[in-house]
Amino acid sequence: MVNEIAVISGKGGTGKTTVCAALGVIAEDVVMADCDVDAPDLHILLSPSIKTATEFVASKVAVIDEDLCTECGICEEACRFSAITDSRVDPISCEGCGVCEYVCPEDAIQMVERQSGNLYDSDTRIGRMAHAKLLPGEGNSGRLVTEVRRLGTKIATDNGISTVLIDGSPGIGCPVIATVTGIKLGIIVTEPTMSGIHDMRRVLELLGKFRVKATVIINKFDLNLENTKAIEKFCRENDAEILGKLPFDPIMTKSMVAGTTLPEFSPEHELVKMLEKMWKRVESIVKSSQ
Amino acid sequence: MALSIGATNLLDCDVEEPNVHTLLHPTKLQTSSVTVPTPLVNQDKCTLCGKCAEFCQFNAIFVGKTKTMIYEEMCHSCGGCKLVCPDDAITEVERSIGKIHQSSIGQTHLVYGELSIGEPIATTLIKAVKEQVKADAINILDAPPGTACPVIETMRESDYLVLVTEPTPFGLHDLSMAIDVVRELKIPFGVVINRAGIGDEGVTEFCKKNDVPLLLEIPFNRQIAELYSRGIPFVEEMPEWRQQFKDLFNHIVELIQNGE
Repeated sequence: MVNEIAVISGKGGTGKTTVCAALGVIAEDVVMADCDVDAPDLHILLSPSIKTATEFVASKVAVIDEDLCTECGICEEACRFSAITDSRVDPISCEGCGVCEYVCPEDAIQMVERQSGNLYDSDTRIGRMAHAKLLPGEGNSGRLVTEVRRLGTKIATDNGISTVLIDGSPGIGCPVIATVTGIKLGIIVTEPTMSGIHDMRRVLELLGKFRVKATVIINKFDLNLENTKAIEKFCRENDAEILGKLPFDPIMTKSMVAGTTLPEFSPEHELVKMLEKMWKRVESIVKSSQ
Repeated sequence: MALSIGATNLLDCDVEEPNVHTLLHPTKLQTSSVTVPTPLVNQDKCTLCGKCAEFCQFNAIFVGKTKTMIYEEMCHSCGGCKLVCPDDAITEVERSIGKIHQSSIGQTHLVYGELSIGEPIATTLIKAVKEQVKADAINILDAPPGTACPVIETMRESDYLVLVTEPTPFGLHDLSMAIDVVRELKIPFGVVINRAGIGDEGVTEFCKKNDVPLLLEIPFNRQIAELYSRGIPFVEEMPEWRQQFKDLFNHIVELIQNGE
């Protein structure tokens, strides 16, 4: 069986992707999956070479045949997304529901498939990787996330790899829900700021709602020791294990600027030792919950 | 910026993770619930014909052997199922997906949305926050991260977009994706570099090469980071920055006026 482990954060910019890539290198035998499809960054550190690219089509868009259209305005009135003005469709607003096609008395509207993004199956120097890119202005990030996970799990199954390590997106909305539904373990990377704590609490509640076991890494913990204590207390009270605390260190950004992961950039660094410990703990949590 | 230019209407559209209130600490909140129309099946009238499930593009309806079920969270409220039902078995009821809070703090009127945990669709709530945009005021909107529908919903109808990035490969990559979307929307924009000095020159070079105006650089500064961590807007403790944001705002107003 393949175990999926997702690194998420709630708030953007907490170091989620940097931590995820570092854990991926330390783990050795994992498939990486970048589910942050509307701002994917993992490829910057892992420089994947794409083996297969697939067009991702998940939704439709309304197209009006101008020759048949009598500009009666019925579609405009029926559309709940204000996507039709003066008998023209705004493809960015159109959600592809098909109501306009249904109500049009002239059969002048057709729903056509639209490409929302690309899905990639790639090789990297640390192993295989599933990732994707949403086209500018396209929605449906939730479904694309589901496709990335499906591909990641397939690669793992085909190659006898037991773990897929997922880089999730910030927030708590559809791409995050699509990322965490049915996974084995969530790793929340937070920071000791008021907004970091606020967002961690919301994403913890989300994991609880979907019955996913939650763990927490406090990044840049020394930025505010009082807030770090508050996070530790909150996690104790809410059954979320703290995997560890990472001090603020410019080496995180330096390794990113070098286009590589922290363990590859500086294998003997104390942060790497800490991350190795955290990954050991992750492995034993996953093992004991089998 | 809102705290540096006098009276503003400040709208936090990052409804999944709203954070502006963690800096402004509003006390008296006026709260209202935001609802969406969701189908309700009258099981007595329903003949299990399955037309609604077939029509639904969002997999929100499942017709079983004895019952038609609605997965409310998946529903986009298009109203299609009600339209296609031949037996008039579907009505729509209002369902809460989140809240809107409002409060005045000094000269700032804060509005923020809070999506309920487990609700996937943020755009409806963002639209509701944006209904509080005031035509005769300066409206500053705080957008969610990324480039997908919630960001687009926030940006639309704006007069100007300020893209805040950091000078790293991640910052540059996400900025260039955001610019691709902004160009589709055809709204004028400029860039602010936050935490300047922590990374490389990639963002600055990119802006120069692509004629993107670089509006302001905020250096990486431990004091700013610590103030933020404590929930204190740095312009309050470092008032010299107020003038910088005032200048930035005036510059943006000029850019908008020159563009028209």
